Amino acid sequence: MSGEALGATAARREQARGSFAGGFSWAMARDLRLAWRHPDEAVLTVAFFALVASLFPLGIGAEPQLLVRIGPGVIWVAALLAAFLALPGLFAADYVDGSLEQMTLSPHPALGWAAGKIAAHWIVSGLPLTLLSPLIGLQYGLAPDTLAIQALSLLVGTPVLSLLGGACAALALGARGGGMLLALLALPLFVPVLIFGAGAAEAQATGLSPAPHLSLLAAGLIAALVGLPWAVGAAVKIAVD
Amino acid sequence: MTKHRSNMPEVLQVRDLACRRGPALLFSGITFEVAGGELLCVRGPNGCGKTTLLRCVTGLTRPDEGTVLWHGEPSQTDPERMRAGTAFSGHLPGLKDDLSADENLEFMLRLRGARSTPEERREALAAVGLEKRRRIPARRLSAGQRRRIGLARLALDPAELWVLDEPLTALDDAGQALFIDLLARHLEGGGLALAATHHRLAPASGVVRELRLA
Repeated sequence: MSGEALGATAARREQARGSFAGGFSWAMARDLRLAWRHPDEAVLTVAFFALVASLFPLGIGAEPQLLVRIGPGVIWVAALLAAFLALPGLFAADYVDGSLEQMTLSPHPALGWAAGKIAAHWIVSGLPLTLLSPLIGLQYGLAPDTLAIQALSLLVGTPVLSLLGGACAALALGARGGGMLLALLALPLFVPVLIFGAGAAEAQATGLSPAPHLSLLAAGLIAALVGLPWAVGAAVKIAVD
Repeated sequence: MTKHRSNMPEVLQVRDLACRRGPALLFSGITFEVAGGELLCVRGPNGCGKTTLLRCVTGLTRPDEGTVLWHGEPSQTDPERMRAGTAFSGHLPGLKDDLSADENLEFMLRLRGARSTPEERREALAAVGLEKRRRIPARRLSAGQRRRIGLARLALDPAELWVLDEPLTALDDAGQALFIDLLARHLEGGGLALAATHHRLAPASGVVRELRLA
Protein backbone atom coordinates (compact mmCIF):
# COMPACT_ATOMS: atom_id res chain seq x y z
CA MET A 1 0.00 0.00 0.00
CA SER A 2 1.43 3.38 -0.91
CA GLY A 3 2.21 5.94 1.77
CA GLU A 4 -0.40 8.25 0.36
CA ALA A 5 -3.14 5.67 0.63
CA LEU A 6 -2.04 4.80 4.16
CA GLY A 7 -2.23 8.47 5.05
CA ALA A 8 -5.72 8.71 3.60
CA THR A 9 -6.84 5.70 5.67
CA ALA A 10 -5.33 7.20 8.81
CA ALA A 11 -6.99 10.54 8.12
CA ARG A 12 -10.31 8.84 7.57
CA ARG A 13 -9.94 6.92 10.84
CA GLU A 14 -9.20 10.16 12.61
CA GLN A 15 -12.26 11.98 11.30
CA ALA A 16 -14.71 9.11 11.69
CA ARG A 17 -16.86 10.22 14.59
CA GLY A 18 -20.43 9.62 15.55
CA SER A 19 -22.76 12.38 16.59
CA PHE A 20 -26.45 12.95 17.19
CA ALA A 21 -26.60 15.41 14.30
CA GLY A 22 -24.76 12.98 12.03
CA GLY A 23 -27.21 10.17 12.74
CA PHE A 24 -30.25 12.44 12.53
CA SER A 25 -29.32 13.98 9.18
CA TRP A 26 -28.24 10.60 7.80
CA ALA A 27 -31.57 8.94 8.60
CA MET A 28 -33.66 11.87 7.47
CA ALA A 29 -31.79 12.38 4.21
CA ARG A 30 -31.93 8.69 3.35
CA ASP A 31 -35.58 8.16 4.21
CA LEU A 32 -36.67 11.30 2.39
CA ARG A 33 -34.72 10.25 -0.69
CA LEU A 34 -36.35 6.81 -0.54
CA ALA A 35 -39.77 8.45 -0.18
CA TRP A 36 -38.97 10.67 -3.13
CA ARG A 37 -38.10 7.63 -5.24
CA HIS A 38 -41.41 6.06 -4.32
CA PRO A 39 -43.85 8.92 -3.92
CA ASP A 40 -46.79 6.50 -4.14
CA GLU A 41 -46.69 5.85 -0.39
CA ALA A 42 -46.92 9.52 0.54
CA VAL A 43 -49.57 10.14 -2.12
CA LEU A 44 -51.53 7.15 -0.83
CA THR A 45 -51.47 8.52 2.71
CA VAL A 46 -52.83 11.88 1.62
CA ALA A 47 -55.40 10.34 -0.72
CA PHE A 48 -56.59 8.01 2.02
CA PHE A 49 -57.00 10.98 4.36
CA ALA A 50 -59.00 12.99 1.82
CA LEU A 51 -61.13 9.99 0.88
CA VAL A 52 -62.04 8.91 4.41
CA ALA A 53 -62.83 12.48 5.44
CA SER A 54 -65.02 12.89 2.35
CA LEU A 55 -66.93 9.64 2.93
CA PHE A 56 -68.50 10.79 6.18
CA PRO A 57 -70.74 13.52 4.72
CA LEU A 58 -71.87 11.02 2.08
CA GLY A 59 -72.75 8.42 4.72
CA ILE A 60 -74.24 10.63 7.41
CA GLY A 61 -75.97 13.22 5.29
CA ALA A 62 -75.04 16.76 4.39
CA GLU A 63 -76.84 18.68 7.12
CA PRO A 64 -74.70 21.80 7.68
CA GLN A 65 -75.14 21.86 11.45
CA LEU A 66 -74.31 18.18 11.82
CA LEU A 67 -71.21 18.55 9.63
CA VAL A 68 -69.88 21.48 11.64
CA ARG A 69 -70.46 19.43 14.79
CA ILE A 70 -68.64 16.27 13.65
CA GLY A 71 -66.07 17.93 11.34
CA PRO A 72 -63.10 18.34 13.70
CA GLY A 73 -63.44 14.83 15.12
CA VAL A 74 -63.83 13.15 11.73
CA ILE A 75 -60.85 15.01 10.29
CA TRP A 76 -58.72 14.01 13.25
CA VAL A 77 -59.73 10.34 13.03
CA ALA A 78 -59.00 10.33 9.30
CA ALA A 79 -55.60 11.96 9.87
CA LEU A 80 -54.78 9.48 12.61
CA LEU A 81 -55.61 6.48 10.43
CA ALA A 82 -53.70 7.94 7.48
CA ALA A 83 -50.63 8.58 9.64
CA PHE A 84 -50.86 4.96 10.80
CA LEU A 85 -50.80 3.64 7.21
CA ALA A 86 -47.09 4.17 6.66
CA LEU A 87 -46.04 2.91 10.09
CA PRO A 88 -45.69 -0.85 9.48
CA GLY A 89 -42.89 -0.28 6.97
CA LEU A 90 -41.06 2.34 9.01
CA PHE A 91 -38.57 -0.06 10.60
CA ALA A 92 -39.62 -3.38 9.05
CA ALA A 93 -37.96 -2.65 5.69
CA ASP A 94 -34.66 -1.72 7.37
CA TYR A 95 -34.95 -4.81 9.55
CA VAL A 96 -35.36 -7.17 6.60
CA ASP A 97 -32.49 -5.80 4.47
CA GLY A 98 -30.00 -5.52 7.33
CA SER A 99 -29.87 -1.72 7.51
CA LEU A 100 -30.96 -1.83 11.13
CA GLU A 101 -27.94 -3.99 12.01
CA GLN A 102 -25.66 -1.45 10.41
CA MET A 103 -27.46 1.39 12.16
CA THR A 104 -27.08 -0.35 15.53
CA LEU A 105 -23.36 -0.76 14.84
CA SER A 106 -22.92 2.81 13.68
CA PRO A 107 -20.82 5.20 15.79
CA HIS A 108 -23.80 7.57 15.66
CA PRO A 109 -25.97 7.21 18.78
CA ALA A 110 -29.28 5.40 18.25
CA LEU A 111 -31.09 8.50 19.47
CA GLY A 112 -29.94 10.39 16.37
CA TRP A 113 -31.01 8.03 13.64
CA ALA A 114 -34.20 7.01 15.47
CA ALA A 115 -35.25 10.66 15.70
CA GLY A 116 -34.23 11.23 12.08
CA LYS A 117 -36.34 8.36 10.81
CA ILE A 118 -39.37 9.54 12.78
CA ALA A 119 -38.87 13.10 11.53
CA ALA A 120 -38.80 11.82 7.95
CA HIS A 121 -42.00 9.84 8.61
CA TRP A 122 -43.69 12.98 9.87
CA ILE A 123 -42.56 15.07 6.89
CA VAL A 124 -43.99 12.47 4.53
CA SER A 125 -47.25 11.81 6.42
CA GLY A 126 -48.12 14.30 9.18
CA LEU A 127 -47.03 17.47 7.44
CA PRO A 128 -49.01 16.98 4.19
CA LEU A 129 -52.07 15.99 6.23
CA THR A 130 -51.77 19.18 8.25
CA LEU A 131 -51.43 21.29 5.12
CA LEU A 132 -54.40 19.61 3.47
CA SER A 133 -56.69 19.75 6.51
CA PRO A 134 -58.10 23.28 5.93
CA LEU A 135 -59.28 22.18 2.50
CA ILE A 136 -61.02 19.15 3.96
CA GLY A 137 -62.42 21.31 6.74
CA LEU A 138 -64.11 23.53 4.14
CA GLN A 139 -66.16 20.53 3.05
CA TYR A 140 -67.56 20.46 6.57
CA GLY A 141 -68.33 24.16 6.52
CA LEU A 142 -65.96 24.95 9.39
CA ALA A 143 -65.36 28.64 10.12
CA PRO A 144 -61.95 30.09 9.19
CA ASP A 145 -60.80 30.39 12.81
CA THR A 146 -61.81 26.80 13.47
CA LEU A 147 -59.87 25.73 10.37
CA ALA A 148 -56.80 27.52 11.68
CA ILE A 149 -57.03 25.89 15.11
CA GLN A 150 -57.68 22.55 13.44
CA ALA A 151 -54.50 22.89 11.39
CA LEU A 152 -52.57 24.05 14.45
CA SER A 153 -53.74 21.08 16.50
CA LEU A 154 -52.67 18.76 13.67
CA LEU A 155 -49.31 20.51 13.44
CA VAL A 156 -48.66 19.82 17.12
CA GLY A 157 -50.45 16.47 17.28
CA THR A 158 -49.23 14.57 14.22
CA PRO A 159 -45.57 14.58 15.37
CA VAL A 160 -46.79 12.88 18.56
CA LEU A 161 -48.51 10.27 16.38
CA SER A 162 -45.26 9.69 14.45
CA LEU A 163 -43.25 9.38 17.66
CA LEU A 164 -45.71 7.04 19.39
CA GLY A 165 -46.20 5.03 16.22
CA GLY A 166 -42.46 4.81 15.64
CA ALA A 167 -41.90 3.40 19.10
CA CYS A 168 -44.68 0.85 18.58
CA ALA A 169 -43.34 -0.10 15.13
CA ALA A 170 -39.91 -0.73 16.66
CA LEU A 171 -41.44 -2.83 19.43
CA ALA A 172 -43.46 -4.89 16.94
CA LEU A 173 -40.34 -5.74 14.89
CA GLY A 174 -39.82 -9.41 14.30
CA ALA A 175 -43.21 -10.40 15.70
CA ARG A 176 -45.44 -12.56 13.53
CA GLY A 177 -48.44 -10.65 12.25
CA GLY A 178 -46.53 -7.45 12.96
CA GLY A 179 -49.05 -5.21 11.18
CA MET A 180 -52.01 -6.36 13.23
CA LEU A 181 -50.01 -6.24 16.45
CA LEU A 182 -48.91 -2.73 15.56
CA ALA A 183 -52.52 -1.60 15.14
CA LEU A 184 -53.47 -3.07 18.52
CA LEU A 185 -50.43 -1.49 20.13
CA ALA A 186 -50.47 1.96 18.55
CA LEU A 187 -54.12 2.91 18.05
CA PRO A 188 -55.06 2.87 21.78
CA LEU A 189 -52.01 5.03 22.49
CA PHE A 190 -53.23 7.54 19.91
CA VAL A 191 -56.45 8.11 21.90
CA PRO A 192 -55.26 10.99 24.11
CA VAL A 193 -53.81 12.78 21.08
CA LEU A 194 -57.12 12.38 19.29
CA ILE A 195 -59.12 13.68 22.26
CA PHE A 196 -57.04 16.82 22.76
CA GLY A 197 -56.51 17.40 19.05
CA ALA A 198 -60.16 17.21 18.10
CA GLY A 199 -61.07 18.96 21.36
CA ALA A 200 -59.08 22.05 20.40
CA ALA A 201 -60.97 22.67 17.17
CA GLU A 202 -64.28 21.74 18.76
CA ALA A 203 -63.70 24.22 21.59
CA GLN A 204 -62.94 26.93 19.04
CA ALA A 205 -66.11 26.08 17.07
CA THR A 206 -68.27 26.34 20.20
CA GLY A 207 -66.72 29.63 21.27
CA LEU A 208 -64.47 28.27 24.04
CA SER A 209 -60.73 28.74 24.26
CA PRO A 210 -58.72 26.02 22.51
CA ALA A 211 -55.65 26.92 24.59
CA PRO A 212 -55.94 24.17 27.25
CA HIS A 213 -56.20 21.45 24.61
CA LEU A 214 -53.31 22.85 22.61
CA SER A 215 -51.15 23.23 25.73
CA LEU A 216 -51.79 19.62 26.68
CA LEU A 217 -50.96 18.50 23.12
CA ALA A 218 -47.74 20.52 23.20
CA ALA A 219 -46.84 19.05 26.59
CA GLY A 220 -47.43 15.61 25.12
CA LEU A 221 -45.19 16.47 22.18
CA ILE A 222 -42.36 17.54 24.46
CA ALA A 223 -42.66 14.41 26.58
CA ALA A 224 -42.73 12.26 23.44
CA LEU A 225 -39.71 14.06 21.97
CA VAL A 226 -37.70 13.42 25.10
CA GLY A 227 -38.59 9.82 25.73
CA LEU A 228 -39.64 8.03 22.58
CA PRO A 229 -36.59 8.23 20.27
CA TRP A 230 -34.63 6.67 23.10
CA ALA A 231 -37.28 3.92 23.42
CA VAL A 232 -37.03 3.29 19.68
CA GLY A 233 -33.27 2.82 19.95
CA ALA A 234 -33.68 0.37 22.82
CA ALA A 235 -36.42 -1.59 21.01
CA VAL A 236 -34.35 -1.83 17.82
CA LYS A 237 -31.37 -3.10 19.78
CA ILE A 238 -33.51 -5.89 21.22
CA ALA A 239 -34.97 -6.69 17.79
CA VAL A 240 -31.60 -7.16 16.05
CA ASP A 241 -30.15 -9.27 18.90
CA MET B 1 5.73 -3.50 12.40
CA THR B 2 4.74 -5.79 15.27
CA LYS B 3 7.87 -5.04 17.31
CA HIS B 4 6.93 -1.64 18.70
CA ARG B 5 3.47 -2.97 19.38
CA SER B 6 4.62 -5.73 21.71
CA ASN B 7 4.16 -3.77 24.93
CA MET B 8 0.77 -2.38 23.90
CA PRO B 9 -2.41 -4.39 24.44
CA GLU B 10 -3.73 -6.23 21.40
CA VAL B 11 -6.39 -4.22 19.61
CA LEU B 12 -9.09 -6.83 20.12
CA GLN B 13 -9.15 -9.18 23.08
CA VAL B 14 -11.94 -11.61 23.78
CA ARG B 15 -12.12 -13.29 27.19
CA ASP B 16 -14.18 -16.36 28.13
CA LEU B 17 -17.02 -15.62 25.77
CA ALA B 18 -20.05 -17.89 26.14
CA CYS B 19 -23.39 -17.75 24.41
CA ARG B 20 -26.58 -19.73 24.78
CA ARG B 21 -29.34 -19.91 22.22
CA GLY B 22 -32.39 -21.07 24.11
CA PRO B 23 -31.42 -24.08 26.19
CA ALA B 24 -28.44 -25.03 24.00
CA LEU B 25 -24.97 -23.81 24.81
CA LEU B 26 -23.45 -22.66 21.52
CA PHE B 27 -19.93 -22.06 22.77
CA SER B 28 -18.16 -21.21 26.00
CA GLY B 29 -14.73 -20.20 27.16
CA ILE B 30 -13.80 -18.60 23.86
CA THR B 31 -10.64 -16.57 24.39
CA PHE B 32 -8.54 -15.00 21.67
CA GLU B 33 -6.62 -11.91 20.75
CA VAL B 34 -6.16 -10.19 17.43
CA ALA B 35 -3.46 -7.61 16.82
CA GLY B 36 -3.02 -5.14 13.99
CA GLY B 37 -2.11 -6.88 10.74
CA GLU B 38 -3.73 -10.15 11.79
CA LEU B 39 -6.62 -12.08 10.32
CA LEU B 40 -8.41 -14.58 12.52
CA CYS B 41 -10.51 -17.11 10.62
CA VAL B 42 -13.30 -18.70 12.61
CA ARG B 43 -13.99 -22.19 11.34
CA GLY B 44 -16.39 -24.93 12.23
CA PRO B 45 -19.37 -26.91 10.93
CA ASN B 46 -22.73 -25.29 10.18
CA GLY B 47 -24.62 -24.26 13.27
CA CYS B 48 -21.61 -24.24 15.60
CA GLY B 49 -22.08 -20.56 16.37
CA LYS B 50 -19.65 -18.78 14.06
CA THR B 51 -22.13 -16.06 13.19
CA THR B 52 -23.19 -15.69 16.81
CA LEU B 53 -19.56 -15.38 17.90
CA LEU B 54 -19.01 -12.61 15.37
CA ARG B 55 -22.17 -10.83 16.46
CA CYS B 56 -21.10 -11.10 20.11
CA VAL B 57 -17.77 -9.49 19.29
CA THR B 58 -19.42 -6.57 17.48
CA GLY B 59 -21.96 -6.09 20.26
CA LEU B 60 -25.03 -6.93 18.15
CA THR B 61 -25.73 -9.94 20.34
CA ARG B 62 -25.19 -9.80 24.06
CA PRO B 63 -23.04 -12.72 25.19
CA ASP B 64 -24.12 -14.68 28.27
CA GLU B 65 -20.63 -14.51 29.71
CA GLY B 66 -17.30 -12.98 28.92
CA THR B 67 -15.92 -9.64 27.86
CA VAL B 68 -14.66 -8.03 24.71
CA LEU B 69 -11.76 -5.62 25.13
CA TRP B 70 -11.16 -2.93 22.52
CA HIS B 71 -7.70 -1.34 22.81
CA GLY B 72 -7.50 -2.76 26.31
CA GLU B 73 -10.82 -1.37 27.52
CA PRO B 74 -14.09 -3.28 27.92
CA SER B 75 -16.21 -2.50 24.86
CA GLN B 76 -19.21 -1.61 27.05
CA THR B 77 -17.45 1.33 28.69
CA ASP B 78 -17.27 3.23 25.41
CA PRO B 79 -19.34 1.30 22.87
CA GLU B 80 -19.32 4.15 20.36
CA ARG B 81 -15.52 4.09 20.18
CA MET B 82 -15.51 0.41 19.32
CA ARG B 83 -18.37 0.81 16.85
CA ALA B 84 -16.48 3.59 15.08
CA GLY B 85 -13.57 1.20 14.65
CA THR B 86 -15.53 -1.84 13.54
CA ALA B 87 -17.02 -2.61 10.14
CA PHE B 88 -19.46 -5.52 10.14
CA SER B 89 -20.43 -7.32 6.99
CA GLY B 90 -23.06 -9.94 7.72
CA HIS B 91 -25.49 -12.14 5.80
CA LEU B 92 -27.76 -9.18 5.18
CA PRO B 93 -26.22 -6.58 2.89
CA GLY B 94 -27.92 -3.48 4.31
CA LEU B 95 -28.53 -2.19 0.78
CA LYS B 96 -31.57 -0.22 -0.31
CA ASP B 97 -33.00 -1.59 -3.56
CA ASP B 98 -34.29 1.80 -4.67
CA LEU B 99 -30.97 3.56 -4.30
CA SER B 100 -28.15 3.28 -6.81
CA ALA B 101 -24.82 1.65 -6.02
CA ASP B 102 -23.29 5.09 -5.57
CA GLU B 103 -26.04 6.32 -3.25
CA ASN B 104 -25.92 3.11 -1.24
CA LEU B 105 -22.20 3.53 -0.83
CA GLU B 106 -22.56 7.17 0.14
CA PHE B 107 -25.16 6.46 2.81
CA MET B 108 -23.29 3.41 4.14
CA LEU B 109 -20.19 5.53 4.67
CA ARG B 110 -22.10 8.43 6.20
CA LEU B 111 -23.64 5.97 8.64
CA ARG B 112 -20.09 4.95 9.55
CA GLY B 113 -19.31 8.56 10.36
CA ALA B 114 -17.06 8.89 7.29
CA ARG B 115 -17.30 11.48 4.57
CA SER B 116 -16.61 10.47 0.99
CA THR B 117 -16.26 12.53 -2.15
CA PRO B 118 -17.97 11.46 -5.38
CA GLU B 119 -14.52 10.84 -6.89
CA GLU B 120 -13.54 8.52 -4.06
CA ARG B 121 -16.75 6.56 -4.45
CA ARG B 122 -16.38 6.45 -8.19
CA GLU B 123 -12.86 5.07 -7.87
CA ALA B 124 -13.91 2.52 -5.29
CA LEU B 125 -16.82 1.36 -7.43
CA ALA B 126 -14.59 1.24 -10.51
CA ALA B 127 -12.14 -0.92 -8.56
CA VAL B 128 -14.86 -3.50 -7.94
CA GLY B 129 -16.09 -3.36 -11.53
CA LEU B 130 -19.27 -1.35 -11.02
CA GLU B 131 -18.25 1.93 -12.64
CA LYS B 132 -20.77 1.64 -15.49
CA ARG B 133 -23.52 0.45 -13.18
CA ARG B 134 -23.08 2.85 -10.32
CA ARG B 135 -26.16 4.89 -11.20
CA ILE B 136 -28.74 2.15 -11.67
CA PRO B 137 -30.91 1.01 -8.75
CA ALA B 138 -29.40 -1.79 -6.67
CA ARG B 139 -32.46 -3.96 -7.32
CA ARG B 140 -31.30 -4.38 -10.92
CA LEU B 141 -27.88 -5.68 -9.87
CA SER B 142 -27.04 -9.37 -9.49
CA ALA B 143 -26.29 -10.94 -6.11
CA GLY B 144 -22.56 -10.84 -6.81
CA GLN B 145 -22.67 -7.23 -7.94
CA ARG B 146 -24.49 -6.32 -4.75
CA ARG B 147 -21.76 -8.01 -2.74
CA ARG B 148 -19.28 -5.91 -4.69
CA ILE B 149 -20.92 -2.74 -3.38
CA GLY B 150 -20.08 -4.15 0.04
CA LEU B 151 -16.46 -4.55 -1.08
CA ALA B 152 -16.32 -0.92 -2.21
CA ARG B 153 -17.68 0.07 1.18
CA LEU B 154 -14.98 -1.93 2.98
CA ALA B 155 -12.35 -0.23 0.84
CA LEU B 156 -13.52 3.22 1.99
CA ASP B 157 -14.62 2.31 5.52
CA PRO B 158 -12.35 3.91 8.13
CA ALA B 159 -12.71 0.91 10.46
CA GLU B 160 -9.67 -0.71 11.99
CA LEU B 161 -11.41 -4.04 12.52
CA TRP B 162 -13.36 -5.89 9.85
CA VAL B 163 -15.84 -8.47 11.06
CA LEU B 164 -16.84 -10.55 8.07
CA ASP B 165 -19.43 -13.28 7.95
CA GLU B 166 -18.87 -15.53 4.91
CA PRO B 167 -17.27 -12.72 2.89
CA LEU B 168 -16.91 -14.80 -0.28
CA THR B 169 -20.59 -15.68 -0.70
CA ALA B 170 -21.95 -15.01 -4.21
CA LEU B 171 -18.63 -13.61 -5.45
CA ASP B 172 -17.11 -15.01 -8.65
CA ASP B 173 -13.39 -15.81 -8.97
CA ALA B 174 -12.52 -12.25 -9.93
CA GLY B 175 -14.62 -10.90 -7.08
CA GLN B 176 -12.96 -13.25 -4.61
CA ALA B 177 -9.54 -12.13 -5.84
CA LEU B 178 -10.65 -8.51 -5.38
CA PHE B 179 -11.72 -9.24 -1.84
CA ILE B 180 -8.45 -11.03 -0.98
CA ASP B 181 -6.54 -8.08 -2.40
CA LEU B 182 -8.57 -5.61 -0.32
CA LEU B 183 -8.04 -7.73 2.76
CA ALA B 184 -4.27 -7.87 2.17
CA ARG B 185 -4.13 -4.09 1.88
CA HIS B 186 -6.23 -3.68 5.01
CA LEU B 187 -3.87 -5.96 6.98
CA GLU B 188 -0.81 -4.29 5.52
CA GLY B 189 -2.16 -0.93 6.68
CA GLY B 190 -2.28 -2.19 10.26
CA GLY B 191 -5.94 -3.23 10.22
CA LEU B 192 -7.22 -6.45 11.67
CA ALA B 193 -9.98 -8.80 10.59
CA LEU B 194 -12.17 -11.50 12.02
CA ALA B 195 -13.84 -13.73 9.44
CA ALA B 196 -16.17 -16.70 9.59
CA THR B 197 -15.60 -18.68 6.45
CA HIS B 198 -15.40 -22.15 4.97
CA HIS B 199 -12.89 -21.02 2.37
CA ARG B 200 -9.17 -20.80 2.82
CA LEU B 201 -8.22 -17.13 2.92
CA ALA B 202 -4.62 -16.46 1.99
CA PRO B 203 -3.97 -12.73 1.66
CA ALA B 204 -0.56 -11.69 0.35
CA SER B 205 0.31 -9.92 3.60
CA GLY B 206 -0.59 -10.15 7.25
CA VAL B 207 -0.70 -13.05 9.67
CA VAL B 208 -3.51 -15.55 9.27
CA ARG B 209 -4.60 -17.58 12.29
CA GLU B 210 -7.44 -19.99 12.85
CA LEU B 211 -9.98 -20.51 15.56
CA ARG B 212 -11.94 -23.76 15.51
CA LEU B 213 -15.37 -23.97 17.03
CA ALA B 214 -16.46 -27.52 17.79
